[in-house]
Amino acid sequence: MNSVFVYCEIEDGQIAEVSQELLTKGKGLANELKCKLEAIAIGHKLENIGKDIFPYGVDVLYVADDKRLAPYSTLPHTSIVVKLFEEQKPQIALMGASSIGRDLGPRVSSALHSGLTADCTSLVIGDHEDKKAGKVYENLLYQIRPAFGGNIIATIINPDHRPQMATVREGVMKKEIYDAAYKGETVKLDVSKYVTDADFVCEIIERHIEKSKVNIKGAPIIVSGGYGVGSKENFNLLFELAEVLGGEVGASRAAVDAGYIEHERQIGQTGTTVRPKLYIACGISGQIQHRAGMEESAQIIAINTDPEAPINSIADYVITGDVAEILPKMIKYYKANTK
Amino acid sequence: MKGYKIIVLAKQVPDTRNVGKDAMKADGTVNRAALPAIFNPEDLNALEQALRIKDTFPGTTITILTMGPGRAAEIIREGMFRGADDGILLTDRAFAGSDTLATSYALGQALKRIGKFDIIIAGRQAIDGDTAQVGPQVAEKLSIPQLTYVEEVKAIEKGKVIVKRRLERGVEVVSCPMPLVITVNSSAPDCRARNARLLMKYKHAKTVSELQNSNEDYLHLYNDRPYLNIVEWTVNDIESNPEELGLSGSPTKVKTVENVVLQAKEAKVITSADDNIDALMKELIASHTIG
Repeated sequence: MNSVFVYCEIEDGQIAEVSQELLTKGKGLANELKCKLEAIAIGHKLENIGKDIFPYGVDVLYVADDKRLAPYSTLPHTSIVVKLFEEQKPQIALMGASSIGRDLGPRVSSALHSGLTADCTSLVIGDHEDKKAGKVYENLLYQIRPAFGGNIIATIINPDHRPQMATVREGVMKKEIYDAAYKGETVKLDVSKYVTDADFVCEIIERHIEKSKVNIKGAPIIVSGGYGVGSKENFNLLFELAEVLGGEVGASRAAVDAGYIEHERQIGQTGTTVRPKLYIACGISGQIQHRAGMEESAQIIAINTDPEAPINSIADYVITGDVAEILPKMIKYYKANTK
Repeated sequence: MKGYKIIVLAKQVPDTRNVGKDAMKADGTVNRAALPAIFNPEDLNALEQALRIKDTFPGTTITILTMGPGRAAEIIREGMFRGADDGILLTDRAFAGSDTLATSYALGQALKRIGKFDIIIAGRQAIDGDTAQVGPQVAEKLSIPQLTYVEEVKAIEKGKVIVKRRLERGVEVVSCPMPLVITVNSSAPDCRARNARLLMKYKHAKTVSELQNSNEDYLHLYNDRPYLNIVEWTVNDIESNPEELGLSGSPTKVKTVENVVLQAKEAKVITSADDNIDALMKELIASHTIG
């Protein structure tokens, strides 16, 4: 049975969060399909990378280790993945919906003429009957994602082409060690057989990657603002409330697009997915892309002037009113009534 | 000084921020006719980068290439009002139902017919699909390099383009030889406004199909002023394998589409009155949700 394959992103010799989450999901799919979970790590100085990857239940890890392969660049990584997929013929291939996976994935899918679905929020195995052609397909990958501005949820399948490729954003899947002592096989690739000099025409001149300063993913309380917050200045109220409650500030895409706040704080399908114990949505209407990133919050408070805002339907508490009036009252009460 | 030949890939998209009831067809594809159509926002960011190159390197030409229904000629005109030189509309029923791969195949074949270009530049992604796939897929079809997530084209020197890429957690400055594909983020500068002189010059620019529905008295104008003719290509104007076009050329199929129906749960609804807020905070502190 052909394998489930995960492309592992490496930054500074560490495997990315999103890749660990995909390995976890990939193991679940592989077990259901009774096939192997395979992974590839491409970079430099990867001698010890296996110890971080095998515990997710990886059966075969391919390693392409070469000075020229780190940091990520499009052409050499594409060449390696395309050739390896041609050799190993995985049935499913998963990548992070990051600036790496969304750069690499489409290029690989184009070279292999295989379908790719971006930014999936759920991956499920299922069957499909093509009534017109009188064909039944078993064990396809259902690639489920909101589409069309979040007005629909589409289930996408690739009946006839392999691998079935999907990207998933960081935080959407949960990471979980499968077996800390899991033993898999490491296959070192002879890099020179996979790349050519022409793959190295682009040159990275400068690179500043910072460890994310904002940790909304791990925050127990998130005060999140939307377009309805109205201005950059009004966001200061959100920061103030987040600070007194010991939380972080998040935002909807509309607020980021309006320039009220930096993209790093965006929550939703095209941002981060969060599961805090309390989510306070301020002036957020609650389109499905946003809800996809926060609806698993344990408790949701929605503050909105519009009593019909879609966010209200998933909220535990709905406060109908103005953010600029309500937040100071919350801050005041909290300060007066705790230590 | 010799300029560069730039192709801007642009898409007319339904304005997904204003979606009505008839937006979806029974087969799960988008009913574009029922929606307001706009110039895809990030494609405008891409056009601005192209215009800045043209500002710096006189002699540069900018062609807008778009695939879509007849009315997509609107975005070609819009581009010309802002400084593009001309445009090509790729339109045919044979392209209907294309996923990203079939779209990039058709665009790739059109680019092969155009033949010579230095830079292909497009928005990172379109707001109707948010896939960010067509740019890299076109680059692969043409076997040329790509630079995605670009915020700024910093320089062009010695046959190489130098760009700043905006990534999740930082920036990268990369140089890459031409020809290449660049995709531009929304963090790049907004596109300049229409130019009044160009608006006057191009407001009657039309495709052949649009001309067929025009007042015949003015048809001679289109012979006298060739720049008013927007090139229109059908499937017959590009070399293509029919199996790689439209629905049959699309490896991904839409199995099902669900309209989003919210299941309301019981929410406690309160007002902004002081006692309401105080009671809520008291409850949250009591339940150790906060504090």
